[in-house]
Amino acid sequence: MLNFHKNHRNLVVTSLLVFVGLSVLIAVVPASEIQRTKPLPSMKDFSKQERAGLNVYVAENCVACHTQQVRNIEMDNVWGSRPSMPSDYYFSKKRLDFWRQSPSILGSERTGPDLTNIGKRQAGKEWHLLHLYNPRIVVKESIMPGYPWLFEEKDASQVSSDEVVVAVPEQFRKGSSRKIVATQKALDLVAYLLSLKQADIEGEPGIKFIPAKKKNTGTDSQTQPSGPDGATLYTNTCGACHQADGKGLAGAFPPLAGSTIVNDNDPELMIKIILQGYDARAEYAVMAPFADMLNDDEIAAIATHERSSWGNNAPAITAEMVKKIRESIKTISQK
Amino acid sequence: MRKFIECTRQQPIMFIVLLLPFLITSLNAFGQSTDEPAGSWMLSPGILGTIILISIVLLVAALIGYYKVSTLVDKAMNSGSDSTLDARYSSASAYKLKGDELGSGIPAQDNKGVVTAVSHRPENPIVDEKKTTSISLDTPPELRKVILWYMGASAFWLIFGTLIGQYVGMKFVWPEMDTISWLSFGRLRPVHTNTVFWGWASLTMIGLGYFVVARTSNTIIHSYKLAWRGWWLINLSVLTGNIFLMAGINNGGGEYREYIWPVALLFALGLIITFINFYKTIAKRKISEIYISNWYLLGGLVWTIKLATIGYLPNIQNGLGETVIQGYYMHQGVGMWFMTFTLGLVYYYLPSSLNKPIYSYSLGVLAFWTQMLFYTLIGTHHFIFSPLPWWLQTVAIVFSAGMFIPVVAGTTNFLMTMRGSWNEISKSYVLPFFLVGVIFYFVGSTQGSFQAFRFTNYVWHFTDFNVAHSHMTMYGIITFILWACVYAIVPKITGREPKQLFVGIHFWLAFIGLFAYMISMMAGGTFKGMSWIEGKPFIESVILMKPFWVWRAIGGSLMFLSHLMFAYNFYLMVSKTKTGLKTATA
Repeated sequence: MLNFHKNHRNLVVTSLLVFVGLSVLIAVVPASEIQRTKPLPSMKDFSKQERAGLNVYVAENCVACHTQQVRNIEMDNVWGSRPSMPSDYYFSKKRLDFWRQSPSILGSERTGPDLTNIGKRQAGKEWHLLHLYNPRIVVKESIMPGYPWLFEEKDASQVSSDEVVVAVPEQFRKGSSRKIVATQKALDLVAYLLSLKQADIEGEPGIKFIPAKKKNTGTDSQTQPSGPDGATLYTNTCGACHQADGKGLAGAFPPLAGSTIVNDNDPELMIKIILQGYDARAEYAVMAPFADMLNDDEIAAIATHERSSWGNNAPAITAEMVKKIRESIKTISQK
Repeated sequence: MRKFIECTRQQPIMFIVLLLPFLITSLNAFGQSTDEPAGSWMLSPGILGTIILISIVLLVAALIGYYKVSTLVDKAMNSGSDSTLDARYSSASAYKLKGDELGSGIPAQDNKGVVTAVSHRPENPIVDEKKTTSISLDTPPELRKVILWYMGASAFWLIFGTLIGQYVGMKFVWPEMDTISWLSFGRLRPVHTNTVFWGWASLTMIGLGYFVVARTSNTIIHSYKLAWRGWWLINLSVLTGNIFLMAGINNGGGEYREYIWPVALLFALGLIITFINFYKTIAKRKISEIYISNWYLLGGLVWTIKLATIGYLPNIQNGLGETVIQGYYMHQGVGMWFMTFTLGLVYYYLPSSLNKPIYSYSLGVLAFWTQMLFYTLIGTHHFIFSPLPWWLQTVAIVFSAGMFIPVVAGTTNFLMTMRGSWNEISKSYVLPFFLVGVIFYFVGSTQGSFQAFRFTNYVWHFTDFNVAHSHMTMYGIITFILWACVYAIVPKITGREPKQLFVGIHFWLAFIGLFAYMISMMAGGTFKGMSWIEGKPFIESVILMKPFWVWRAIGGSLMFLSHLMFAYNFYLMVSKTKTGLKTATA
């Protein structure tokens, strides 16, 4: 009837029609269904500056190395408190303009960290600017490219008061003593990155993480003391600014090694700084609060690690101590 | 289908060998869970299957290597007989006919060394001497010019695209090689992928396709003018697209559709023109049957035109709609365009290089329809565990496993066509490329199906393993097969052969380079995934990759060198044409 072997017209038309049919079923219909998803009530649209930053993000093709999707498997729990869902992309995935379509921010490769929650995890503007200028200033082993074309070099006299000067350390400046000033593009990009926070969801999230291992299968849980690992948590949460050697970064992030606050027998101030953030010293960048991101056990583990590393020697901290201070802060703020 | 069953009856061993990885893993391929105990991950079906597959390639390489070495050893062993041979020569030079040679009782002698000396003194001492091509095809000069210009442009894009690839690969090791915005990693990566896709592979494919449609339809091309328009449109698309990408203007970063729509439109127009030209040529064929190659060529063209249209449709790309389309588009770009079209080329160039018919026409037809049916549905396997609907992910995984059918059908067909001609492989500079391409077709595709399983995805997704897979397929399959076809056809239409030593160098540099590339990225990617699963700090997965990235750069350098060799070989094949490319271009 169709005689594909001898009738080229039937052959081409049939293969095209079947392909179109399958494509509609597998791509066009699911795509138009899922794009109707509404945003979560807790989400808000990007500001004008943040949207400009998204454009820089796309132009520099950051999506080649950075994903923005928390998969529903245990190992992705470090990138967000819940798996990503279609609503999360309501504002970020819209057509950019007449020439360019909705950006592929989910990504396909994680050469660098996932950025779903980067605004929460790394809330410091100064950190981001340094990192963009040259990532190796703050993360020695990083292989991310620097983006010096998002910055300008200016003489100190030319810098106006509303411009943002980046405190690039001596060895990354190639001998130049001029000031390094962030351009509007750099500020936009940082504003976009800081806006990336996983939206809160009321009640239990519908999707849960699939655990990596069967629970209680071995005897491992009995041989090892349970509780979070302070060193790993430090690397994930604190090391980017205070550095792996605890020495911080002159002009940006204070050292923890030998710090009087860290070595103080009374840990109250130290724990308060972790919980509430810190902006008391003009020569250093602002530290973001971590009360919402870390629980008492985790803060205790990190603080204990900091108090016993890099030559520091101060007594360990327990979760109870953190809990007490957290509660006292709450009661103060309620009054 | 009858043929299919027949061939399983005749060659049960071949079938079982090909199906082995599938059989081993199929038992629990579908009921996969991610809660594997960490210790036994090596035994998970996908990973075990991949290891078996890689060892197949190693085995084939070892066999080819053994063959070469044993020839060398034989040669060395025989070299001792030279003095005897010399003595024979001197007696032969004094030889005079006695007059009773015919019809006497004396046993036959080879005093002149005619038989014994023949193959023991090859022109070059490093590689076996290959057969030269004996056939010179009478091709219309206009067609010859079209084919050679498509190939010439594509050879340029191959050099350019892989130079960029090598450069971005080195940036993993030395991230501060430059601080120029136009050369930054994010902007250059799509320049590499798009150039080798649309510049190198697509142009060569179409060039080779022009020969196939004309030859198998026993007629001349419908319009040479259209062929040239297609050439200009596609080259213009790749050129402007790359400039835009380097200037920071891209479509939104979705892989393989980074060109903004006006640029992609140029490419699509090039495809439409090519389709019209192929279709009309086939329509005026002088034989009633449409040769199987043309099924694949026409199918590949219409599907890709449709695919590009859906990929750039503006009204289904909001929110995760874009992600659904992205998975569909990027996988079909590979499957419906490169794979389909290249298979069509194999169905012509492989049997014609062996000078015998394809093993089974019906298997080719079966593979065609299953390719269309299964390949179309598996795009979402790039987004396993993502927020895309779970059912879409499951469909993708199931049909990824279904891809075993066209892959096994195709591989069987090609290997059975080669069967009985294995000796030809050591005598031909074309067939080793075909053999590697066909083996990788089986290994790369099957490995890809394994990678779609949930557990393997769990370990490998987002890691450098993906990069290994894409090179195994786009390079191991597509590029090797395209080289085979180029070496098969160009000498026949120009009458000028490349130097065999240089083809040998091209082959081994590319093969060893690819292997270094693949193995380092696979091993590194696995360690990276394991490090993430164990919950170690992210930066540790960057640090542990360093040595693997160095090995990748080394493999990449070998591959790039082989491309220079290829370009030089191509130059030799077209430059000093005896009867004249000059007359053709004039």
